[in-house]
Amino acid sequence: MKAFTYERADSVAAAARAVADKPGAKFIAGGTNLLDLMKLEVETPTHLVDVNRLPLASIEETPDGGLRIGALVRNSDLAADPRVRSNYPLLSRALLAGASGQLRNKATTAGNLLQRTRCYYFYDTSKPCNKRMPGSGCSAIGGFNRIHAVVGASDDCIATHPSDMAVAMQALDAKVETANPDGSAQTIPLAQFYRLPGTTPQIETALTQGQIITAVALPPAPQGTQIYRKVRDRASYAFALVSVAAIVETAGGKIRAARLAFGGLAPRPWRVAEAEHPLEGSTPNATAFAKAGDAVVAGGRGYGHNDFKLPLVKRTLAAVLTAATRAS
Amino acid sequence: MDRSEMRRLHPTRRQVMGTAAAVAILGYTKPGFSTEGNPVAPVPPSTDQAISKVPIRLIVNGTEQNLTLDTRTTLLDMLREHLGLTGSKKGCDHGQCGACTVLVDGRRINACLSLAAMHDGDNVTTIEGLADGDRLHPLQAAFVRRDSYQCGYCTPGQICSAAGMLNEHKAGWPSVVTGELATHAELTEPEIRERMSGNICRCSAYPNIVAAIRDAAGETL
Repeated sequence: MKAFTYERADSVAAAARAVADKPGAKFIAGGTNLLDLMKLEVETPTHLVDVNRLPLASIEETPDGGLRIGALVRNSDLAADPRVRSNYPLLSRALLAGASGQLRNKATTAGNLLQRTRCYYFYDTSKPCNKRMPGSGCSAIGGFNRIHAVVGASDDCIATHPSDMAVAMQALDAKVETANPDGSAQTIPLAQFYRLPGTTPQIETALTQGQIITAVALPPAPQGTQIYRKVRDRASYAFALVSVAAIVETAGGKIRAARLAFGGLAPRPWRVAEAEHPLEGSTPNATAFAKAGDAVVAGGRGYGHNDFKLPLVKRTLAAVLTAATRAS
Repeated sequence: MDRSEMRRLHPTRRQVMGTAAAVAILGYTKPGFSTEGNPVAPVPPSTDQAISKVPIRLIVNGTEQNLTLDTRTTLLDMLREHLGLTGSKKGCDHGQCGACTVLVDGRRINACLSLAAMHDGDNVTTIEGLADGDRLHPLQAAFVRRDSYQCGYCTPGQICSAAGMLNEHKAGWPSVVTGELATHAELTEPEIRERMSGNICRCSAYPNIVAAIRDAAGETL
């Protein structure tokens, strides 16, 4: 690990300024991903600003009936919160499907959103990687790419975003609240928070240096059945090959509304309006579900080892929609 | 010729050894590790750099400790290398195996993925601090009674993790295998296995680990 200087921030404004003032500075909260990457010298910050003491660890009800989740709320506390369990079970389930008990106790809401890809080549500093070293090439294209993206990728990067939590939040229409170093606040819908890789895979979010996440706001609990289904290589403590977050409302034997987000498919939580809209007003059946699945991966492609994700996501979606429409 | 130029032209022994070590590691590293810790890749050599230190005051197993450590020191290295508490084990050092699990303010975490500096003011309990004098912690006694190990390397982490897990269950926390999220799940074998999935046992002593945890939790078999 490269040497770095360290400070503890005692206010959001001071933390934002401390990181904005130093080009090599980073925030550290749970540290479960950042320290892992620092040990491998994939991340080499010269200065760490410890934000663990900032007053951002509470979950509050908002006036509109939603929930504001502080940036430092630990994944385990969020998953166990009674309001989340009863009103946003999708989010609880997604959190509990991720990582291990120890990691969830440490990992924070903001840190989970900002975690980096688990692409093997991003981690391996002996290999080219455009995300780690822009311009060096992508080792995953033509290499081992079983865990990689089938939609939203580019010729420069096919890495996936590994979060489960962010997939549930995408389906829930969450908004990311941030503070800028100049003291101003900025709210970014999660749908606009992540950038697709294009030719700049090293730029992953809309955040600028020093901009700090303060909370994630959820709108009031949606109507309908919420399901999070994660398909992985083993039953626990493994990243998603494919995951589906679904919120489905039915009325009179027809689907009234459907919100669908997907993990394991793309460089960010994947949500496609063209998959949701045709379901609205339709009779739940295999044909409708297959059409939705086709729309999810429209324009996508496999890269060899990950070709299986294309049929897998369609089948998983069909299973989730079948369960959701039966339940309601 | 300035210093950095001199270093480039005349590599030090340390730089040469570092490169050799990296090459040796590379030869034994396979890509494609896919557990939900993180992939394992070769560790690059560290180069000469200015070391920054930070004062830390915390309580470990009931005793106050005052240390001044390199900012890079993990909580695990602080315990093992600076306090001589070698019960917490370094398995993978990347949060995948759970051998380093300790309790911080009663909650289980991976000590390898946390900086010591981040725990200033915290109360840390390691495997050395679980027993009450000569009286073993109920989990320790159950692990002995149930023969819940072979080589024993993962055992301190398993026991600390189980202690934290039982607190979580007592507080009513659900797991991903809990049927109804709103209910307080019974601590069945599938529940224990799911909640303990962050602790790997290479000897695969899992049946007896689960049995010991059920004993300690007061469940009947």
